Amino acid sequence: MQFMLLFSRQGKLRLQKWYVPLCDKEKKKITRELVQTVLARKPKMCSFLEWRDLKIVYKRYASLYFCCAIEDQDNELITLEIIHRYVELLDKYFGSVCELDIIFNFEKAYFILDEFLLGGEAQETSKKNVLKAIEQADLLQEPRHEVL
Amino acid sequence: MPAPIRLRELIRTIRTARTQAEEREMIQKECAAIRSSFREEDNTYRCRNVAKLLYMHMLGYPAHFGQLECLKLIASQKFTDKRIGYLGAMLLLDERQDVHLLMTNCIKNDLNHSTQYVQGLALCTLGCMGSSEMCRDLAGEVEKLLKTSNSYLRKKAALCAVHVIRKVPELMEMFLPATKNLLSEKNHGVLHTSVVLLTEMCERSPDMLSHFRKNEKLVPQLVRILKNLIMSGYSPEHDVSGISDPFLQVRILRLLRILGKGDDDSSEAMNDILAQVATNTETSKNVGNAILYETVLTIMDIKSESGLRVLAINILGRFLLNNDKNIRYVALTSLLKTVQTDHNAVQRHRSTIVDCLKDLDVSIKRRAMELSFALVNGNNIRGMMKELLYFLDSCDPDFKADCASGIFLAAEKYAPSKRWHIDTIMRVLTTAGSYVRDDSVPNLIQLITNSVEMHAYTVQRLYKALLDDISQQPLVQVASWCIGEYGDLLVSGQCEEEEPIQVSEDEVLDVLEGLLVSNLSTPVTRGYSLTAIMKLSTRFSSLNRIKKVVSIYGSSIDVELQQRAVEYNALFKKYDHMRSALLERMPIMEKTATNGPAEIVQTNGETDSTILDTKHLPNITQPASQANDLLDLLGGNDVVPVIQTTVPTKPASAGGELLDLLGDLSLTGGPTPTPAPSVPMSQPPFLLDGLTSQPLFNDIAAVIPPMTAYNKNGLKIEFTFERSNPNPNIAVITIHATNSTEAEMTEFVFQAAVPKTFQLQLLSPSSNVVPALNQGSVTQVIRVLNPQKQQLRMRIKLTYTHKGSPVQDLAEVNNFPPQSWQ
Repeated sequence: MQFMLLFSRQGKLRLQKWYVPLCDKEKKKITRELVQTVLARKPKMCSFLEWRDLKIVYKRYASLYFCCAIEDQDNELITLEIIHRYVELLDKYFGSVCELDIIFNFEKAYFILDEFLLGGEAQETSKKNVLKAIEQADLLQEPRHEVL
Repeated sequence: MPAPIRLRELIRTIRTARTQAEEREMIQKECAAIRSSFREEDNTYRCRNVAKLLYMHMLGYPAHFGQLECLKLIASQKFTDKRIGYLGAMLLLDERQDVHLLMTNCIKNDLNHSTQYVQGLALCTLGCMGSSEMCRDLAGEVEKLLKTSNSYLRKKAALCAVHVIRKVPELMEMFLPATKNLLSEKNHGVLHTSVVLLTEMCERSPDMLSHFRKNEKLVPQLVRILKNLIMSGYSPEHDVSGISDPFLQVRILRLLRILGKGDDDSSEAMNDILAQVATNTETSKNVGNAILYETVLTIMDIKSESGLRVLAINILGRFLLNNDKNIRYVALTSLLKTVQTDHNAVQRHRSTIVDCLKDLDVSIKRRAMELSFALVNGNNIRGMMKELLYFLDSCDPDFKADCASGIFLAAEKYAPSKRWHIDTIMRVLTTAGSYVRDDSVPNLIQLITNSVEMHAYTVQRLYKALLDDISQQPLVQVASWCIGEYGDLLVSGQCEEEEPIQVSEDEVLDVLEGLLVSNLSTPVTRGYSLTAIMKLSTRFSSLNRIKKVVSIYGSSIDVELQQRAVEYNALFKKYDHMRSALLERMPIMEKTATNGPAEIVQTNGETDSTILDTKHLPNITQPASQANDLLDLLGGNDVVPVIQTTVPTKPASAGGELLDLLGDLSLTGGPTPTPAPSVPMSQPPFLLDGLTSQPLFNDIAAVIPPMTAYNKNGLKIEFTFERSNPNPNIAVITIHATNSTEAEMTEFVFQAAVPKTFQLQLLSPSSNVVPALNQGSVTQVIRVLNPQKQQLRMRIKLTYTHKGSPVQDLAEVNNFPPQSWQ
């Protein structure tokens, strides 16, 4: 995976994870163009599209679009499963996750993602283990409302 | 100093902003506060401030002043600080800035931290954004962690190693020992990441690949693991819709693909498991299909036996029928990859593929279209073309150009009949005419001229199409050209293929003139129609009207049109005797590879000088320079522009082939006193001959004198001669039939026969009405091939209608001048 973007129906970015080195300007340009492209897609269209020389896999969950850019050899269908697994993790962690949870706790969304994927690949295929690791790490933290 | 506001507060506040300006104001205020807080080196709230900064960065505001603060957080001992610090580093720093190198030491320390979650943070950051320098410095630490028994760290180290290898490929070797028993792990996380690591190594290095194949016997190990996953019972930890750890299965299948590719033994070893996965995987959910998809890709890539390949293609065939469009998309993509190698197997699914043309999704339609074109062959061309034409009608504009080109190509390769081919082209031009590529116009014209028996049908259909719609330029251009060329067939109602339409010369001219004035016509199209009108001057009898049109455009603002009109005017005025020969029917063009589309696109009607400049036309460029030489010798005037501008009496965009023939024609259509230089190579272009240097050439060239072949009952037929430039064995004779009686001769047909040792080719006559009182002539070109250089003899037969009664006569022509056949 080269990058993952989460954005709302209005095109507001909620999370961006880049696994390739790009400067800020390039990231902004890619984000803007890709968001536009995906938002223009009609509901009946399939979840895959070619964009530049990348394969884009996207799926909408409620008001959020989850969008991944994968390489040529990557399997699009399993990427959909990866996206789904991430949503499940968020759901379990926040308890019926919604967009507001991700807005107000964005750093946690990143922490969960970083326990699930590393360098663009899945590091843990067990849902239970990912959540356990997050739980344990959270315990090492001071209470959030005090620190942040 | 009051505590900086909390992250949650800030987010809430910013979200209340109603305008972009309001938001910007809030952000600026907070950034200022954060900046002063940073300046004060406040340790307590640094974490909070950086978190707020990261939020604002996500909204799109600059946050570079927080980069160093991230580093300070990473160096802190508090876990929260580290967590936010590493997150900030991953978001704000990138390897182009030297700042990131300051992280290296911190990461090194954290890789050896006592808490595994801190180690995890370091591994994650390094594996996500580590630069080559950092990777070089820290590879050793990563390698160490790869050998740890702690599976939490081992799995992260494996992926970190993947990143290191991608950044610094030379370091791959050092990770090799650590991979020794990676696959004997039970932990799925480690297994998954190990497979990823092994995949990376095998993809990058053929040596590694063969090492893993032969020495490590990777294939049996992977087969075993995969088998366990499939056969083992329900495992709640890894279950996804009834399938055990699909992520791992997919990665293993991908690694097997790499190991089996090009290797018989490996391929054989994995044959069974692939068949098993292919047949037993549950297909009701996306997960199962994801695994099947990967299996199919593997089967197609390795040296699998044919039974397995057929199985794979059938899976793809089933995918095509799946309700889930993602599955259909993936199937079409895979089929496109395999259509070359397993053509027959894919053909079996042709009807399903064609159905996908009607899908709503753009990507699916495109793939279905590409695949359809790949599957077209001589047997299915009619059926496929019906579907493809229907598709062309209804598809998005983005597709039309590609689809039209594909249809033309397929039609050219597999057309079952000329009529079908022309009909297909007509259909494309009328439905997607404006999307057709520029180079199709000359290709189509060439195709049409070659279908001699279809000329009347073609011009009739094109005329009818023009009546409906003149907005699609390629259609209009082809139609104008055809009308100019075959207009006589149109008005004479000669169509065999369908009901001939009644159309008068005036109606045809109305249409062509309409094109000239229409706003929809491009300059190129106007050029085509003006030339077509001009050509009709030898095919129609409404000369006055044509002359009027031509003279009007002599003052056109469009330089190209003006030039053409002026030349044509000159033809009417000074060089009328040449007009018929000049505007004769085009002979069949040969499609030469050199006169390709690229050429033609450039010369599409605009720049005639470029036509002459191109090196593909030795016939013209040579004579052009010769002509200049001759002119130099004889103190010639500004003839050069004449060469160039009179060339476009043929549609310039037909490019090279036409100019070839122009070279030829120049020799055939000579008027009575035309000189025919005895040295074949120095033939100047006809136009040069005729128009300005006629008197000059009379002095130099040797002339084959013209002769009267027949003179009876008021009908006189004169023969004038040319030697064919490329082939001196061919004598080119132009007959000029004139009528001195007061009544015109209609339905005039000239026929000729020669002895067996000769070969005769009779081109189309300029018309079949010989006007009365010598007011004009009918010309026709005869080409006689005389390889044995025997004395030329000919028998001619004349039939015409004069004053209502039919006349027929036979005659022998024996008085050919010796120069015409020696």
